[in-house]
Amino acid sequence: MLKIENLHVYYGAIHAIKGISLEVEEGQIVTLIGANGAGKTTILRTISGLNKAKEGKITFLGKDIHTVPAQNIVPLGVSQVPEGRRVFANLSVLDNLTLGAYLRKDKDGIKKDMDMVFERFPRLLERKHQLSGTLSGGEQQMLAMGRALMSRPKLLLLDEPSMGLAPLLVQEIFSIIKDLNKAGTTILLVEQNAHMALSIANVGYVLETGNIVLSGDAKELAKSDDISAAYLGGNH
Amino acid sequence: MDLSAKTIEFLQQLINGISLGSVYALVALGYTMVYGIIKLINFAHGDVFMLGAVFGYFAITMFGLSFYPALIVSMVICAALGVVMERIAYKPLRNSHRVASLMTAVGLSLFFQNFTVYRIGAQPKAFPRSAPVNWNVFGVNISSRQVLILATAVVLMIALHFIVQKTKMGKAMRAVSFDRDAAMLMGINVNNTISFTFAIGSALAGAAGVLVGQYYGVVNPLMGTLYGLKAFVAAVLGGIGILPGAMLGGLFLGLAETGVSAIGYSTFRDAVAFAILIIILIFKPAGILGKNTREKV
Repeated sequence: MLKIENLHVYYGAIHAIKGISLEVEEGQIVTLIGANGAGKTTILRTISGLNKAKEGKITFLGKDIHTVPAQNIVPLGVSQVPEGRRVFANLSVLDNLTLGAYLRKDKDGIKKDMDMVFERFPRLLERKHQLSGTLSGGEQQMLAMGRALMSRPKLLLLDEPSMGLAPLLVQEIFSIIKDLNKAGTTILLVEQNAHMALSIANVGYVLETGNIVLSGDAKELAKSDDISAAYLGGNH
Repeated sequence: MDLSAKTIEFLQQLINGISLGSVYALVALGYTMVYGIIKLINFAHGDVFMLGAVFGYFAITMFGLSFYPALIVSMVICAALGVVMERIAYKPLRNSHRVASLMTAVGLSLFFQNFTVYRIGAQPKAFPRSAPVNWNVFGVNISSRQVLILATAVVLMIALHFIVQKTKMGKAMRAVSFDRDAAMLMGINVNNTISFTFAIGSALAGAAGVLVGQYYGVVNPLMGTLYGLKAFVAAVLGGIGILPGAMLGGLFLGLAETGVSAIGYSTFRDAVAFAILIIILIFKPAGILGKNTREKV
């Protein structure tokens, strides 16, 4: 579904992504794990068109998307929940969700998806008219996910959905991610919480300073000694 | 009902102040909207106001339009001018240092002024207008020209409020001004949204120009400087980037100016705005409605 080949991304003179390749197959949960500053967010930003690739290729459903401007990537079916949620704090919950469907014209479909989002996240329904800046961190994460779902994505990019959340909420968010995947959305999940991420993913990639150093079946990766030493806090 | 002479004087100045203030508010809205979305103080905005008055003048004298059609023509031309100005002068500088856009704005301002002097001459032109009707309400004198300013300004502000709060484009504007990258992730076309913001802000400035033309009866190529600066003060006073702040700041400034004239210090009329600017920058730089934003983790 999504294929990245030999991707290079620079921030000015800094070579942030050094020729990575990865693939996401339809129906899967693929996770990209690695330490802070490894380049995980940069990869997601480049897929969404917020950063430009210097070299390499990104194809989605057979179409080259690395030269496509950001606003034209969403309608292809790629939606992102950015790091730190980035909800529009000055807008109501409802307006945030409406903006998620910004490019859609099918009023009935939007209405249906809005109901679906409220069903999945009942807390958002309660707070429909509240300014989203007044929501708690967990609620904002749910809003950011709901907002991304409003574009009816085929591929959902999630950037650190567990960041700054209490353990119980992290559990809840991860079970929602699994549900979304079961309902047919393919997921590319970026996480620092490698243990959690590998536990729900089919395939994992380990990123280290702009290079992919390991990849493979998520269950195998979770068992691998290198991974546990580096990212899961030792062997246990 | 008989009102005391002092009360009448007070009400009279209140009405004068509100009509002047609503003009400042219209111009201040453009400053604040543009600042909100690209963090630029568009110092050429006052000259868009001046050009609005000039376009209105020509619409009436050369094309024989009446007031409201002239107002609309002027607003449309100013909106287009705002879009062209942004695309040609500011867009190429969007990722460069902020001082570069600021200097460009000052340069554009000088260009608009001098180009207008070159085209129509530096002499003030008499803005054609019909004789006002004056109403006497409990001894307070209200002119139809004041009513025209106030009513038009209120209608435009309500329209603006509707656009910003209820329409898709308005929501996109607020989203882009809050977080440009997140807006792009929604599929919002940031360039078009910025152009739209310039169009709306410039149209409001154009309308204010025509309103001032009909109120004072004169138009001149340098009138934009002082009005522009005062409207800028109004925007800062209310809290730059905040729409209700611009309206509040404009009204406050109009009232302060007429108030100072009323108590006999009319020579200090223009100084008041800048005194207010200094005071607000010292004591509450975020403006009356501004607050320090906090981040939530």
